[in-house]
Amino acid sequence: MPIHEQGYRRYAGERRVRDRSWSVIARAGILERLRERRFLALMLVAWLLFGVRAVQLYLGTTIVRASFFAPSDETFHSFLNQQRIFVFFITIYAGAGLIASDRQANALQLYLSKPITRRDYIAGKLATLAAFLITVTWVPAMLLLALQVLFSGSLEFVSSHPRLVPAITVTSLLQVALASMTMLALSSLSRSRRFAAMAYALVTIFAGAVERVLQTATGAAGWVLLSPQNTLLVVSDALFGVEPEIPVTIALIAVVSLMAICVAVLERRVRAVDVVA
Amino acid sequence: MTSGRSDRSPVVLENVTVNYGTHQALRDISVTFPEGAVGLLGPNGAGKSTLIKALLGLLRPAGGVMHVLGHDVAAAPLAIRAHVGYMPEHDTHIPGMNGVSFVAYCGELSGLPRADAMQRAHEVLFYVGLGEARYRNVETYSTGMKQRIKLAQALVHDPDLLLLDEPTNGMDPKGREEMLVLIRDVADRISVVLSSHVLPDVDFACDHVVVLHKGTVATHGPIAALKGDSTRVFELRVKGDERPFVEALREVGIESHDESGDVIRVFVPADRPAQLLFEVAARQGVQVRHFRASVPSLEDVFARALGT
Repeated sequence: MPIHEQGYRRYAGERRVRDRSWSVIARAGILERLRERRFLALMLVAWLLFGVRAVQLYLGTTIVRASFFAPSDETFHSFLNQQRIFVFFITIYAGAGLIASDRQANALQLYLSKPITRRDYIAGKLATLAAFLITVTWVPAMLLLALQVLFSGSLEFVSSHPRLVPAITVTSLLQVALASMTMLALSSLSRSRRFAAMAYALVTIFAGAVERVLQTATGAAGWVLLSPQNTLLVVSDALFGVEPEIPVTIALIAVVSLMAICVAVLERRVRAVDVVA
Repeated sequence: MTSGRSDRSPVVLENVTVNYGTHQALRDISVTFPEGAVGLLGPNGAGKSTLIKALLGLLRPAGGVMHVLGHDVAAAPLAIRAHVGYMPEHDTHIPGMNGVSFVAYCGELSGLPRADAMQRAHEVLFYVGLGEARYRNVETYSTGMKQRIKLAQALVHDPDLLLLDEPTNGMDPKGREEMLVLIRDVADRISVVLSSHVLPDVDFACDHVVVLHKGTVATHGPIAALKGDSTRVFELRVKGDERPFVEALREVGIESHDESGDVIRVFVPADRPAQLLFEVAARQGVQVRHFRASVPSLEDVFARALGT
């Protein structure tokens, strides 16, 4: 009859302080989300527009009578603008609980008692959300461009529109970074993911509505700065060669300032020990 | 325990002061923790949890130097956390994970390769008695199970030092006993600091004790030595005014404290006869209605350290 040691046994394998602890957090976060069918359905719906655009590209490049479907910079610009609605829903679904749920479960002190820094923790959480958002912005946009090359059989469209790849990339990255950082900062302010979700909806929808009302009432374009999403739209317009409502530098400063505020909030809120002065 | 710093000492504190906001939680404390199981005792607010958090580098001391496993906490907090297991006081888990995923995840965060972390998670979950419940979501665990899984996540990466903050909180008597047996077993192989305000827990699981009171070290040393083998302990019940009697005992070098109700525990030094108690009682005009020899306990050490 075998006899097994029932006491505590030491680990004889490899142990190391990771330089990419954030990737462990990001992978766990992504896998957790992907286990949810509702979230997978949302991601699938977010790709429907890609299908429509792909058909449009096919018709525009292969059928002469459908040349009004022929792609331009605006095709990709409007595609990214239309994807904003999915960015909004995915940000709320996948982002609201990222830190709020950890705070509710007192998980922050658990994370930070491991050999990881606060920066690793925040980077891991940001990467979780950013990965999903890139999947519905930059990835389909670049895939559409690849399809266009495939359907036309040449690189002529890409070479004749040199600003397209950088414009898609920068617009997508700004969109993803702003949404992720805003959501993460709001999530860190509460122990409730519902609160974080409502706060994000308020910042996105309510601010946009107020901006529209004030702009209509006063006729001043500067009110656009009230809405982070519409301010980002100004930057996106400039990148795709559309005349922006206000100087792009001001819009860019506003976007970067908002991101800096988010970083400051995260720096203050992500701590293992809450010190009340 | 305080005499000089040993290279094998898992924790060495030199003039450490930690401020918690505006409150000074630890005041200029210097103490060396030996290997084995050390109990960190003190009433609520004494600074036990603050000390543990400072040892992990989660709170920055306002002054002094702390060494954990030979590393300076201020210079190498990550290296320390890689070799320290921490079981927090409050209920904590990673939302949405089952037991084995949670523990394996903690192992990965502590630097174990993924496959090893998973294998080790199964192993420690069986060790702490959660083998059958390891695929259940942690949020559905009972209080006792949550305490066990907190111990498992602290052990998964096989630390060299285990910091346990109130590990038996909320557990039923059987679970509490099992937890203490586990701690005792672990302490045979790695150093353990057990923070608790439950004296019997520390008495059972630890060989040494550090008593904190209002942010300072009230006393420390091997429990057996602190209990004072040379001191005889008696339980007394008297009729009459207790206060002048206790004062008179103190004047003749006999310490005492009220245990509960009307029972007084008195500590008679080896060089004094027990007869002295009756002489003092007679002088103060009180009747001794109950007199029984007792044995020194950790409660006595605690009470004397706190001066209660």
